[in-house]
Amino acid sequence: MKRVITTTVINQSGVLNRVTGLLMKRQFNIESITVGHTEKAGISKMTFVVHVEDQRKLEQLLKQLQKQIDVLKVNDITDKAIVTRELALIKVLSPPGVRSEINSIIEPFRATVIDMSKNVITVQVTGDPGKIEAFIDLLQPYGIKELTRTGATAFVRETQKAPAQQLSIL
Amino acid sequence: MSVNVNLKQEEAQSIGGELPKATLQGSDVFIQSLQNEGVEMIFGYPGGAVLPIYDALYKNPIPHILARHEQGAIHAAEGYSRVSGKTGVVIATSGPGATNLVTGIADAMMDSLPLVVFTGQVASAVIGTDAFQEADIVGITQPITKHNYQVKRVEDLPRIIHEAFHIASTGRPGPVLVDIPKDISNAVFTSAEIKATELNLPGYQPTTSPNFLQIQKVAQALQKAQKPLILAGAGVLHGKASEEFVKFVEKTGVPVTNTLLGLGCIPGDHPQFLGMAGMHGTFTANMAICETDLLINIGARFDDRLTGNLEHFAPNAQVVHIDIDPAEIGKNVETDIPIVADAKEALHSLLKLEINKLSIEPWMAGLMKSKAEYPLVYSNASKKMLPQEVIELVHKHTNGDAIVTTDVGQHQMWAAQFYRFNHPDHWVTSGGLGTMGFGFPAAIGAQIAKPQGTVVSFTGDGGFQMTLQELSLLQESQLPVKVIILNNQCLGMVRQWQETFYDKRYSESLMPSQPDFVKLAEAYDIEGYKVDNYHDADELFKKVFSSNKPALIDCRVEQMENVYPMVAPGKGLHEMIGVKG
Repeated sequence: MKRVITTTVINQSGVLNRVTGLLMKRQFNIESITVGHTEKAGISKMTFVVHVEDQRKLEQLLKQLQKQIDVLKVNDITDKAIVTRELALIKVLSPPGVRSEINSIIEPFRATVIDMSKNVITVQVTGDPGKIEAFIDLLQPYGIKELTRTGATAFVRETQKAPAQQLSIL
Repeated sequence: MSVNVNLKQEEAQSIGGELPKATLQGSDVFIQSLQNEGVEMIFGYPGGAVLPIYDALYKNPIPHILARHEQGAIHAAEGYSRVSGKTGVVIATSGPGATNLVTGIADAMMDSLPLVVFTGQVASAVIGTDAFQEADIVGITQPITKHNYQVKRVEDLPRIIHEAFHIASTGRPGPVLVDIPKDISNAVFTSAEIKATELNLPGYQPTTSPNFLQIQKVAQALQKAQKPLILAGAGVLHGKASEEFVKFVEKTGVPVTNTLLGLGCIPGDHPQFLGMAGMHGTFTANMAICETDLLINIGARFDDRLTGNLEHFAPNAQVVHIDIDPAEIGKNVETDIPIVADAKEALHSLLKLEINKLSIEPWMAGLMKSKAEYPLVYSNASKKMLPQEVIELVHKHTNGDAIVTTDVGQHQMWAAQFYRFNHPDHWVTSGGLGTMGFGFPAAIGAQIAKPQGTVVSFTGDGGFQMTLQELSLLQESQLPVKVIILNNQCLGMVRQWQETFYDKRYSESLMPSQPDFVKLAEAYDIEGYKVDNYHDADELFKKVFSSNKPALIDCRVEQMENVYPMVAPGKGLHEMIGVKG
């Protein structure tokens, strides 16, 4: 199962290495990882998307992360109301004949053209990873020359829905 | 390690003492910080990058053991730590000095031994340039340390050292490495305060006191249980909780089994003790695990050598797991009542509860019958001396009071089975990592921790040859360690597995060519003996154990003897083979 995990860490040299090293040692598969400063000086936040086999493996992952001295907080936010954003840069073949067609795809995704040459345009798109997937799929037929994605970063929404009551049918 | 003779000029000047006398350097601060931590013994080996540190040590001495290989130094520190309960301190130089420590660091990590390991590093300016004797030891040891540091500013040194000792010795103990570049040792220290009192560890707050509601659940479970069993691991010993443990065991009347590393937390001849469990555990202990309806694990981590195939492990049991490391709970075995706590505090809470002696007579009677019917035995069909006999003889001549160290393999299992420990912290063995060459240097550390104690190092002919250079220390430091080589001229456990699982294809496991261990001992100015029969061994041990000199005894034992009973790898505990009765 795919999980979105955020960790707050002390921004010491080697902390990224510690966390990724730990994931490697314990045989977890990282799909994406993003790191950056937070509002507090010296504190960074990492967001990673990992694949884990089951609940027990997930619990292990969270506990092993928490055990790191430089890790302050670990959260699995997958099941919470969250906002997730990712940025992708896509170089796509865009000869004059299809350019307006491509533009008509770019527009509804609120993507922007950030570079242009004779036959190639570079598009920047942000959104949750699902939207980015969809966008890439639509551009695929035109010929994607190069593609890079930042990986997801995420926040828990300020307002959480109350957990749904477990209703018994009996 | 050799010293780099091409010192840079300014480096040479700074070592040459051009600074005013009153000026403190990083290296002086280092020594003072160790003194502030109450360090009584350093195990180390000098080299280029730690020259300033060794110079400061020369001026301001702390007792230091000069091992003959860095691996010997760190295993000695592990033995010292295990027996004394104190944090072991190791110093080695950069590059090869540091990498020679890696096995010991990994060993200490697996067996939760508190060590603070200091390594020299090349000067900050040349880190990352593949400088002479440079190795990225912080990167190398990241997965095998509890935490590690590289000191970037001399002002940080007192705080980092203070934190290192705090992290190593609290919570679940473990090794912490501090890498000190040479320019930091040489740097002038300007801060007024050397004594660091503050810790800056917001991400490290180990839980030590148990949740009382969870403790009450244990009491309730105990009251309901028909077939309760306690499994005690090294956590009881690390928590210095043997006394409380035995009290709790006697108060409740619940039978007890141990992990390999937990041996000694209850006397070996205690009526409620079923022996060690696991791959080479007793039949009774393993069957008790298979049948129990309430398994209370205190300070053990459900290692695979204990559990065997997890699918068949304690199939009927409600599982209580008390561990100081939350990550161990639920890692291998699903837990019904998890308790994150220090063993001592958990046992204190458990003892406060109103629990009467349980009425579990049928369960106890069955276990006692099994214990009598299926003891650990060996049969001597050949005329040759058996390794088990040697261990029993040593037990006899030391009254079961010796501190015993081992490597890994057959001799380790026999020592665990046949040297019944009367006291806690008398058993020093490489459990998790299974390190050959561990036992002998560990015995040196153990003897330093307990100068008056009898220390026996059981070792195999294979493992001993991995770290025998430390024989130098016995005479040099007047350490009356008794080295007992159970010499079967082969790598016994490898040979046993080849016999059992590889159709007797003894691939590279036989070692017919060996040094003359008696002459070797004499070369190091130690009494050396060779013995090949029970009667002579009996006589010899009487003499050796009444002497306060070191001795090495080459015990020639039956080569084909196997460790039994056994749970084959991948099998469940109920599938023991070689149970004699």
